[in-house]
Amino acid sequence: MKKRQKKNGGSPMDPLRQSPSPSSSRASSPRTLPCEMLGYVGIEAVLDQLKIKAMKMGFEFNIMVVGQSGLGKSTMVNTLFKSKMWKSTMLGLGVPTPQTLQLQSVTHVIEESGVKLKLTVTDTPGFGDQINNDKCWDPILGYINEQYEQYLQEEILITRQRHIPDTRVHCCVYFVPPTGHCLRPLDIEFLQRLCRTVNVVPVIARADSLTIEEREAFRHRIQENLKTHGIEVYPQKCLDEDVNDKVLNSKIRERIPFAVVGADREHIVNGRCVLGRKTKWGIIEVENMAHCEFPLLRDLLIRSHLQDLKDITHNVHYENYRIFRLNESHVLPRGPGWVNLAPAPASVPAPAGPQATPGPPKVCRWAKDNSDEEF
Amino acid sequence: MSSEVVRHLLFQSHMATKTAHMSPQVFDNEEKQKKETTRSLAMSGHVGFESLPDQLVNRSIQQGFCFNILCVGETGIGKSTLIDTLFNTNFEDHESSHFYPHVRLKAQTYELQESNVRLKLTIVNTVGFGDQINKEESYQPIVDYIDAQFEAYLQEELKIKRSLFNYHDSRIHVCLYFISPTGHSLKTLDLLTMKSLDSKVNIIPVIAKADAISKTELQKFKVKLMSELVSNGVQIYQFPTDDETIAKINASMNGHLPFAVVGSMDEVKVGNKMVKARQYPWGIVQVENENHCDFVKLREMLICTNMEDLRDETHTRHYELYRRRKLEETGLTDTGPENKPLSLQETYEAKRHEFYGERQRKEEEMKQLFVQRVKEKEAVLKEAERELQAKFEHLKRVHQEEKLRLEEKRRLLEEEIIAFSKKKATSEIYQNQPFMTPGGNVRKDKDRKNSSFM
Repeated sequence: MKKRQKKNGGSPMDPLRQSPSPSSSRASSPRTLPCEMLGYVGIEAVLDQLKIKAMKMGFEFNIMVVGQSGLGKSTMVNTLFKSKMWKSTMLGLGVPTPQTLQLQSVTHVIEESGVKLKLTVTDTPGFGDQINNDKCWDPILGYINEQYEQYLQEEILITRQRHIPDTRVHCCVYFVPPTGHCLRPLDIEFLQRLCRTVNVVPVIARADSLTIEEREAFRHRIQENLKTHGIEVYPQKCLDEDVNDKVLNSKIRERIPFAVVGADREHIVNGRCVLGRKTKWGIIEVENMAHCEFPLLRDLLIRSHLQDLKDITHNVHYENYRIFRLNESHVLPRGPGWVNLAPAPASVPAPAGPQATPGPPKVCRWAKDNSDEEF
Repeated sequence: MSSEVVRHLLFQSHMATKTAHMSPQVFDNEEKQKKETTRSLAMSGHVGFESLPDQLVNRSIQQGFCFNILCVGETGIGKSTLIDTLFNTNFEDHESSHFYPHVRLKAQTYELQESNVRLKLTIVNTVGFGDQINKEESYQPIVDYIDAQFEAYLQEELKIKRSLFNYHDSRIHVCLYFISPTGHSLKTLDLLTMKSLDSKVNIIPVIAKADAISKTELQKFKVKLMSELVSNGVQIYQFPTDDETIAKINASMNGHLPFAVVGSMDEVKVGNKMVKARQYPWGIVQVENENHCDFVKLREMLICTNMEDLRDETHTRHYELYRRRKLEETGLTDTGPENKPLSLQETYEAKRHEFYGERQRKEEEMKQLFVQRVKEKEAVLKEAERELQAKFEHLKRVHQEEKLRLEEKRRLLEEEIIAFSKKKATSEIYQNQPFMTPGGNVRKDKDRKNSSFM
């Protein structure tokens, strides 16, 4: 559905300059002769074969939600997948605020019309909540890189598994608080670092506190900010190739960041049962395009671009990580004397030793208290 | 009936090896028991990810498909014709000669398109197979070719900056092995070749030119072939039966192996239709008639039902086997639990260091050897020089002695000469004296004699 192209204007350090487009392989393959078939052969049956195989194997998708507490991340996840992934936490007086950033992962298998999806959601409570938020993105980057590392280790084994379990984060949804002004320094710092490692989709959280005009202005300013700071959010412009893709993605890019509202309660409106938030002045329908842009987010993430997110993660971000990782072991002086391999980079905490048996995403070892955080 | 049982057993053993590879599923169960975090969740509404397979399919359509077929068989057995018939095109070809000294492989890539599916098809043909008088080396080029494709993919995969999604996959997905319709049994060459190929590629044996065998003979021939394959331990490709939608048809097709095929692109009028057929004086053999040959079955199995599975098998089984062997050959192993990150790299560096040390040592050795040799040579030369010197001295002495002796002789000779001349002088004086006194007349006589002479 999407093709990518190397954009010549990209700076040398731009990690998104690769082109994962398979269709550009036409030029590099050996001399091929186009042939005319005189009748039906049955090649297109391969599509059905593909489908059958895919349905049998099932799909995997890993999503991470990042944002300050109280922005409605858990609710949003619940609304996206229409199920109680998490009990929304409400920090009461008795519960101490987490002192450090903790990552919690939860895995569920959901099924729809015979399609099985193994969904992993990683939450980041405590992000941006401290007084000093310096380097609060490090644990997150560390987690993402650790998943890449795990995959890399599996890939370079001699006896590999038939299907390497994919725990890499495919999409990171970043919740921007609805200040109405512009992106805060914390947001900018975080987005700058993360957009090079993972697909980032920023959303305006709790958009029901903004009017339509305020929303548009806010969105505009955020877009300006993103452009000024050189932050490439998903869908990345430099990875567009086809004219169709450009058109489709430009439409999406105009609306980024989406202004979303999350809700997991149902109310009756005009005789229909809808998900929404009930206030004294009306009911905000989550799935109503006039009220908020949740449907756009859901369509982007699930209905149209899910496979694309996975592809970009695999072909671009993972490859960049791999290049980086393999290159740093090559920086050795030539000659007698063997220098020890450089340990894992500083931003990656020392990976857990025996990673020879990666399983489905486990609850992250940093998580201290998750007993009543999940169902 | 025993052949059926035998075939069934072969099939089952093949399935067993297949399930051995399905470790991730077993793995999943274990993990579930261990962690209890992976649960099923019920959704209260329509989310919409049922479009996922369609997204996947769309991406594959964009990417296009790649399929590589290797045809192994003797010259003139009908490989090119069958491929033409299978894909319903006239690929560029001409009859190959029978006189090649070695077996070669010729690969050609074509691009086919059917509705919105683009297929990049590569046909690899063996040229000169079975033509030589000495066929011992016939299968080696084929094995080497298959390995070379795996090697190319492995190299690409091991690169630091790689582009796997762009890579034109040239690994052979299926090998159609053409058996000549003798009606008796497999030839030794066939058996040998298939045995050396069965762990590297999916083999589908076909009986070529099947219109040369009658129906009853064909049945017996098939049974004989399958039993020979089984008894020799050749693992041919079994159509997969683990998915319910295609299990039944695949299982029944497994029983029809090897397929007896007839290939032809010529059209003959049968009834009121033009069909592909071969026309003989005694009748018309229709290619697409299931009663006449198994061509439709082959096409069905190869393309419509199992193309994806063939590619999958090649990638996950044959290629992984090759990769494992290749990496183990170079001495790399998955180290134990105390491995640092990227143990592959570490072992590689260790080896490099080792080799470097080795090289240093060898250099030293060579140097020593060289010095020693030089010394020896010098010694020899000196010896020779001394000898020469001694000879020279000796010769000189000998000459001196000779000279002295000769001097002595000369002196003696001179003395003798002096003595002789003295004697001569004295004797002449004595001769002249008697002629002075009476000898006046004699003198006149002498003068008269002398003057008459003058």
